[in-house]
Amino acid sequence: MTTVATVEEGTASPYALSHLDALESEAVHIFREVAGEFEKPVILFSGGKDSILMLHLALKAFAPAAVPFSLLHVDTGHNFPEVLDYRDRTVARHGLRLHVASVQDYIDRGVLKERPDGTRNPLQTLPLTEKIQSEKFDAVFGGGRRDEEKARAKERVFSLRDEFSQWDPRRQRPELWNLYNGRHAPGEHVRVFPLSNWTELDVWQYIAREGIELPEIYYAHEREVFRRSNMWLTAGEWGGPKDGETVEKRLVRYRTVGDMSCTGAVDSDADTIEKVITEIAASRLTERGATRADDKLSEAAMEDRKREGYF
Amino acid sequence: MSTITTEELAATTLLRFATAGSVDDGKSTLVGRLLHDSKSVLTDQLEAVERASASRGQDAPDLALLTDGLRAEREQGITIDVAYRYFATPRRRFILADTPGHVQYTRNMVTGASTAELTVILVDARNGVVEQTRRHAAIAALLRVPHVVLAVNKMDLVDYRESVFAGIAEEFTAYATELGVPEVTAIPISALVGDNVVEPSAHMDWYGGPTVLEHLETVPVSHDLAHCHARLPVQYVIRPQSAEHPDYRGYAGQIAAGTFRVGDSVTVLPSGRTTTVTGIDLLGKPVDIAWTPQSVTLLLADDIDISRGDLIVPSKDAPATSQDVEATVCHVADQPLTVGHRVLLKHGTRTVKAIVKDIPSRLTLDDLSLHPHPGTLGANDIGRVKIRTAEPLPADSYADSRRTGSFILIDPSDGTTLTAGMVGESFAAPEPVKDGTEDDGWDF
Repeated sequence: MTTVATVEEGTASPYALSHLDALESEAVHIFREVAGEFEKPVILFSGGKDSILMLHLALKAFAPAAVPFSLLHVDTGHNFPEVLDYRDRTVARHGLRLHVASVQDYIDRGVLKERPDGTRNPLQTLPLTEKIQSEKFDAVFGGGRRDEEKARAKERVFSLRDEFSQWDPRRQRPELWNLYNGRHAPGEHVRVFPLSNWTELDVWQYIAREGIELPEIYYAHEREVFRRSNMWLTAGEWGGPKDGETVEKRLVRYRTVGDMSCTGAVDSDADTIEKVITEIAASRLTERGATRADDKLSEAAMEDRKREGYF
Repeated sequence: MSTITTEELAATTLLRFATAGSVDDGKSTLVGRLLHDSKSVLTDQLEAVERASASRGQDAPDLALLTDGLRAEREQGITIDVAYRYFATPRRRFILADTPGHVQYTRNMVTGASTAELTVILVDARNGVVEQTRRHAAIAALLRVPHVVLAVNKMDLVDYRESVFAGIAEEFTAYATELGVPEVTAIPISALVGDNVVEPSAHMDWYGGPTVLEHLETVPVSHDLAHCHARLPVQYVIRPQSAEHPDYRGYAGQIAAGTFRVGDSVTVLPSGRTTTVTGIDLLGKPVDIAWTPQSVTLLLADDIDISRGDLIVPSKDAPATSQDVEATVCHVADQPLTVGHRVLLKHGTRTVKAIVKDIPSRLTLDDLSLHPHPGTLGANDIGRVKIRTAEPLPADSYADSRRTGSFILIDPSDGTTLTAGMVGESFAAPEPVKDGTEDDGWDF
């Protein structure tokens, strides 16, 4: 920024909240609204930083009582072992209940077919929606943020889904003030996004401020990777590397954590949270642009998946 | 670009603002320039826009594609829905509600303005204040947005003449002030060239004020809380019933207005019971004072019956409760609102049954003219309504408190959000209605 300092400093009110405090308060308000208005909410928990942040905020919102929600992990079967380990330790530490919807089960039963490219992200939608139906979850917290992707920029905080979990962007309810409308018919549910207004940088700053532990793959480490679609992917049973792709050892970290087959690592020496924040503040790529193969498929890749009931 | 430390980043404040403009006023260009010049558009986003623009046969990247996220929007080249954009400077984090200029504009602008502390209204310097500009000013005034910026765009097309800018600024400020807009800041800009958006203009020496971004960075975001009525809508009762906390009973909510202190005498509405604040938990940290918009848990001296939907207020400053609500509303649903309509009314954390008793008037935003007894309100209509609620409601006037003076109406059959409501007078400087046969107080 090169703005000339001709303007006087804004009158600093003693009542001004920092942006992190304002975002935290808003998210806590959303969690408490859902606890007050829904019968059976659940938090989507992948072990990624956004879901870890959601859980942290939920713990704060209801302390010193327990979080009145259970967790749901949609397991693609292509997990980073560090992340699964983190998930299980977290569940145990806070005495939470974990539901798992398994993509591998659906493939084993022949309900879902493995895609030729080995990517399992699009396969998550069916196990997710069937779990929501069978467990009768009426509110499902997702860690989606509006800054992630342009279809998400149009998403509401309370987003109604029909009995097929579909999202209709043209029939969204206007959201006024902080008066969220969670009315839904039996069989329908509401996806709730408490982190709607957070950016990637906010998430990292807040994680630093609160001292939240993350799976170690978010920090720079040596890893055996190979190049595909301009991303560094981890070699593994899921189907890489193929012929012509060579494995090499590099210093990398993950900016997002998802299915191993389509989540790329970035070259990085940021091995502390301070270095990660500096790296993100200077980055010229969005986190999805840098690390997600599935969003590069087309201009509307995310919108199409969301319409079908994806996160 | 200066280096920003972690501490500086974490200490910035948040400003929510909205933009409004007529078609072709250059709103997308202004938003695109704010994002681009503040380096908030990242390389892969810009490349995607360039690819998409090129595939449509456009020469220059169309910055509107940054915000038009839906397939239908890109296909039709229009913005359908409010898009939220995020950017930051070393001083502040911004949440921009970018509202479309034509389709459903009233509904979308009302939505964007409801949470905004500032609205940027664009006009074309060649056209000056037009019908749409007056509508945008009226909505900003109705929604009581504290700060309004008039961005007089395309100054390059009027040879950067001061007289053109001064005339438009004067006309708009007079109109907005009449509506009760508390503060108008007029800025001459050229979004296309970049004059006074982020960088000061080299073409307008006669202008000594801030650029758009400088103003956004420095405008005060919080009100003078000393004069606000303290209000806490109870969201949830926290009762651990654990060995560690056998008797803990806290009332959780986001402070909607004002400040609460330990030792305050408080009244719980609608029951009217009184007690004292014995403790305030600020998300795990005990504090002596808390203020809006903090999310807190209040601990009270007496074990009285309090549940979700109740409102905790200072005993010396409690709002009146009533089952009769008079309000200005903006109808946001496609299905009309009619007299006799049975609805749900959500106010704060309380949802009650209600019936629309009367729709005394509909308001035309272009000239603020009144149409008495329209019978129904359709999508994007603004009007006055009288509502009877099944239970008493502790509503403030919207003029006093945007959070506790607002409500939404919900269709009980399908859950549709029907209407956005603002309790009390419409504008801060009301024009008395000429028709003396009705109840007085209709203030258009």
